[in-house]
Amino acid sequence: MNVDLGSTTGGRQQPALSVALSGVGRTFPTPGGGTREVLREVDLDVRAGEVIALVGPSGCGKSTLLRQISALDAPTTGSVVVDGVPVGPGDLRTAVAFQEPRLLPWRTLTANVAFGLPRGTPKQLGAARVAELLELVGLADSATLRPRQVSGGMAQRTSLARALARAPGVLLLDEPFGALDALTRLRMQDLLLNVHAARPTTVLLVTHDVEEALYLADRVVLLRDLRDSTPEDTSIARIVEVPGDRPRDRADHELTELRAELLEGLGVAAHHTPAQPA
Amino acid sequence: MAERTGTVRRVALGLLVPVALLAVWYAVTASGAVPAYQLPAPDAVWRAATDLLTRGELGVHLAISTQRVLVGFVLGAAVGLAVGAAVGLSRLSEQLLAPTLGAIRAVPSLAWVPLLILWLKIGEDSKVTLIAIGAFFPVYTTVSAALRHVDPQLVEAGRAFGRSGVRLLGTVQLPVALPAVVAGLRLALAQAWLFLVAAELIASSMGLGFLLNDSQQNGRVDRILLAIVLLALLGKLTDALIGLAERRLLWHY
Ligand SMILES: Nc1ncnc2c1ncn2[C@@H]1O[C@H](COP(=O)(O)OP(=O)(O)OP(=O)(O)O)[C@@H](O)[C@H]1O
Ligand SMILES: [Mg+2]
Repeated sequence: MNVDLGSTTGGRQQPALSVALSGVGRTFPTPGGGTREVLREVDLDVRAGEVIALVGPSGCGKSTLLRQISALDAPTTGSVVVDGVPVGPGDLRTAVAFQEPRLLPWRTLTANVAFGLPRGTPKQLGAARVAELLELVGLADSATLRPRQVSGGMAQRTSLARALARAPGVLLLDEPFGALDALTRLRMQDLLLNVHAARPTTVLLVTHDVEEALYLADRVVLLRDLRDSTPEDTSIARIVEVPGDRPRDRADHELTELRAELLEGLGVAAHHTPAQPA
Repeated sequence: MAERTGTVRRVALGLLVPVALLAVWYAVTASGAVPAYQLPAPDAVWRAATDLLTRGELGVHLAISTQRVLVGFVLGAAVGLAVGAAVGLSRLSEQLLAPTLGAIRAVPSLAWVPLLILWLKIGEDSKVTLIAIGAFFPVYTTVSAALRHVDPQLVEAGRAFGRSGVRLLGTVQLPVALPAVVAGLRLALAQAWLFLVAAELIASSMGLGFLLNDSQQNGRVDRILLAIVLLALLGKLTDALIGLAERRLLWHY
């Protein structure tokens, strides 16, 4: 698969950028007049070009954490710095694929992907890049359809292409493969790795699939739900370095222990881990 | 082909009731069941039309009324769009303006007439203004409500991809609200015709409203009926034109 997006980006692709979270906390007011602390004291330094997987139980604040980095929300405490400069609204250096596809229903898939192009992209260059991205996510044949005419998985891939269209330095993916069938899911994981290999980008990816996290990430960050924590606990329960270089063997035996460890961290009993293939 | 037959069928069915009404009208007048001074026969109304037409009066009435409706509609709709956008997008303007506008909307059309005549005299301005008031409210109401209820997730997606302010309005909020906006414009046009008659009934020397009023004073029931039929036809015609534009604009929603 040709993933050299650089050929048509005219050098517009940003280099991978580092992300530094320090002391990030987010507290929401609750309807009763109280407050609900969702994130506490998140410290995380992401190297430029690194792939980070964020895992944690539902409702622990994974999407909220991505929203702090994309500057769609502002932390109550702490700071988010990309490449040494604090993030701000409409930050061009980051691009996000939301947990829901959030496509514009009146636009074709092509026009939806084009929505992600940076402002001022020359028309022809933009069109070529959009076509290339649709090809990349396997939607070239559906380019003229509208979101309501395509499956949830296709919509999600369009949303991924839209984020890639921005050629960001930091790619924020919120369960990007959640709505895909098992096979497409594996294909898209490889696609992401190809994109990443062709044009290094810093990736923060939320997933609830431990296998996916171990297959894709350099490090896996396990978040905890603050509702079942002690006051000393911070949001990050642990950070796991994944050994070995990508592409990894999906059934790598060395990862067995890590897998069990992460599943346990997610509250899944380790002995329920699927048996290893012979 | 099947679509074509469907259209023919729809038009035929839609014409059924008017044709039946015309037949009944003809029957009751021809049989003498209703005297002509109360309900003239269809052909008498037709003669009134051709008579006014050859004297050049009907064309003037039609032209001036249509012009007033269109100018008033465009002005009212434009202001309605702007104010509706402000109220729909900003909490502050909503809190400032919505209660007052809600109260003004409750004022019946005819109540404005004395004031408008006093302020703007009897000329075109007062009439067009009254029609604009009539066209303003449907647009204002639908646009502000539609913009207030735009899916916040889509708005956030717009912001995430660098759209804000006018560009966010143009690329996300207005397109989301477009079906409602068009529906509001359609209502506004209908309302403009209603307010036209109110404007022309009071003080005018031309237009369909004047024709109605003048005919009433001269006991020309045939012309009254003619004016009513023409108002119905023009209202339906302009509505159909907007409907056509609506279909072209919204086909992919
Ligand atoms: N704008 C908000 N106002 C109030 N509470 C919020 C807001 N956004 C998020 N929350 C709360 O924060 C908590 C974490 O939400 P978040 O969407 O980040 O979870 P998540 O880890 O992404 O969960 P999932 O895996 O189910 O997607 C939830 O309890 C949610 O109710
Ligand atoms: Mg989430």
